[in-house]
Amino acid sequence: MQSYVQIENAGMVFKTKKGPFTALTDINLNIAEGEFVALIGHSGCGKSTLLNLVAGLTDATSGVLLLANKEIKGPGPERGVVFQNHSLLPWLTSFENVYLAVEKVFGDKETRAQMKARTSKVLELVGLTHAANKLPGEISGGMKQRVGIARALAMEPKVLLMDEPFGALDALTRAHLQDELMKIVAATKSTVIMVTHDVDEAVLLSDRIVMMTNGPAATIGEILTVDLPRPRERLALAHEPRYHDLRSQVLEFLYSRQMRPKEAA
Amino acid sequence: MNAVTLNESLSQAMAAPETEKLPAAAPELPPRRTPLLQTAGGKRVVEGVVNAVKATIPPLLGMMLFVALWALVANSGGGIPGPAETWTAAVALFSDPFYNNGPNDMGIGWNVLNSLYRVGIGFGLAALVGIPLGFMIGRFAFLNQMLSPIISILRPVSPLAWLPIGLLVMKQAEPASIWVIFISSIWPMVLNTAAGVQRIPQDYLNVARVLNLSEFKVFTKILFPAVLPYVLTGVRLSIGVAWLVIVAAEMLTGGVGIGFWVWDEWNNLNVAHIIIAIFVVGIVGLLLEQMLMLIAKRFSYE
Repeated sequence: MQSYVQIENAGMVFKTKKGPFTALTDINLNIAEGEFVALIGHSGCGKSTLLNLVAGLTDATSGVLLLANKEIKGPGPERGVVFQNHSLLPWLTSFENVYLAVEKVFGDKETRAQMKARTSKVLELVGLTHAANKLPGEISGGMKQRVGIARALAMEPKVLLMDEPFGALDALTRAHLQDELMKIVAATKSTVIMVTHDVDEAVLLSDRIVMMTNGPAATIGEILTVDLPRPRERLALAHEPRYHDLRSQVLEFLYSRQMRPKEAA
Repeated sequence: MNAVTLNESLSQAMAAPETEKLPAAAPELPPRRTPLLQTAGGKRVVEGVVNAVKATIPPLLGMMLFVALWALVANSGGGIPGPAETWTAAVALFSDPFYNNGPNDMGIGWNVLNSLYRVGIGFGLAALVGIPLGFMIGRFAFLNQMLSPIISILRPVSPLAWLPIGLLVMKQAEPASIWVIFISSIWPMVLNTAAGVQRIPQDYLNVARVLNLSEFKVFTKILFPAVLPYVLTGVRLSIGVAWLVIVAAEMLTGGVGIGFWVWDEWNNLNVAHIIIAIFVVGIVGLLLEQMLMLIAKRFSYE
């Protein structure tokens, strides 16, 4: 397997008022191009920290992170980030929020009309053509999150990083957006790293589930390969024994082995 | 803020289900006109009138109580003119607000405009200096630490304590009173702008970093719009302070202006005019504040 994102011995130590706090230690992970990887673990296990390391928003205090054999230094447009709370700029319309990203990435290569077409296309992809000229305050939480996804996709990133993108949404909207995301990823063949605390979401969407031990000094506890065929269909999977088997393996890890982090580590 | 968005989304949700146009089973009844006030439109008009009356009763009652109290105080002696007397004087005064009999005897309109002019200049200069300074203090922690002790000492100083310094340096009354306005109205703008810059949500800055936006884009698309509501709050507080200070400053410096006018009328023992001046100062201040509130509302998001 040719690895595209390589994380080698990565560790993260935060300086706090009470002294150094080791959030992550000895993280080793290789992700292939086009792979969908979910990071799962109890809250506070450092899964968002790990995502921020890949995003380049924070720098690892030890170890190396590589993307396509180049070291990750700081954030870059080849890594699109979908934030937990959408992080749209409230004074820009959906269109303008996406256009800001498009302009940055394609500004010196394409004309204004081309970039506008690009923006409209990606809004159409997430089904928001009708809300293009609305401000974030005027649309629902699910729609805001979709604009956030559109903004990340519009940059045509090599890697899509998602930090609990559907965490704040109601179950129905979440299911709908998960289906949309599966279609989009199938169409764009993106490499995706997604942080989640939802076991069903992890099994449904990913190729591999990276399960993390409890913090502090969290690390990767176990990696589960999800060998369910694609395209996956939510309703069909409900009757699939393999699906339930995988699901219970994740639950087993989270609720039986990771309840006492000292022993598991 | 949340309540507002909730309300908006609620009203959207309520508006969303398109009113289904059922094929109306037209009742074959002779058309009977409903009385005007019982139609939907009529009911709405009645309701609107009732609400308007309900909304005006408390402030009206307050005003009436105030005037009654004033009349009572005026009647119990002490030389304070009553409401009726003041009203007559006000009608006479406002019938010719822009007469000009030389610098010591001008209409009330001229006096107010002169004061507004001084406030405008002093406050404008304060905004020109204070807002950029606030941005820099908010953006650079070093500058913040450097300047905050100075600001903490200077801010609580009574505005008029600055007047002698102004007179000493500028040798003239006019720039000295502008200086007092400047120095007393600059602080709310500096502090609010700085606070606004410091409180920009980390999320927005993360967006800027992920998108790798240029400094110019960061300023125009994120910093400036995010801080604007704070700046406007500072501006609103500042203009309140400036208007508060001008009356006192003009009393000391003289010239043409509402503050000087008050002092002049006191020397003439024309107390009715002093009371009118108090109302004029209050109403102009209220208008300035309301004007800026309207602007601020235009620029508030979320």
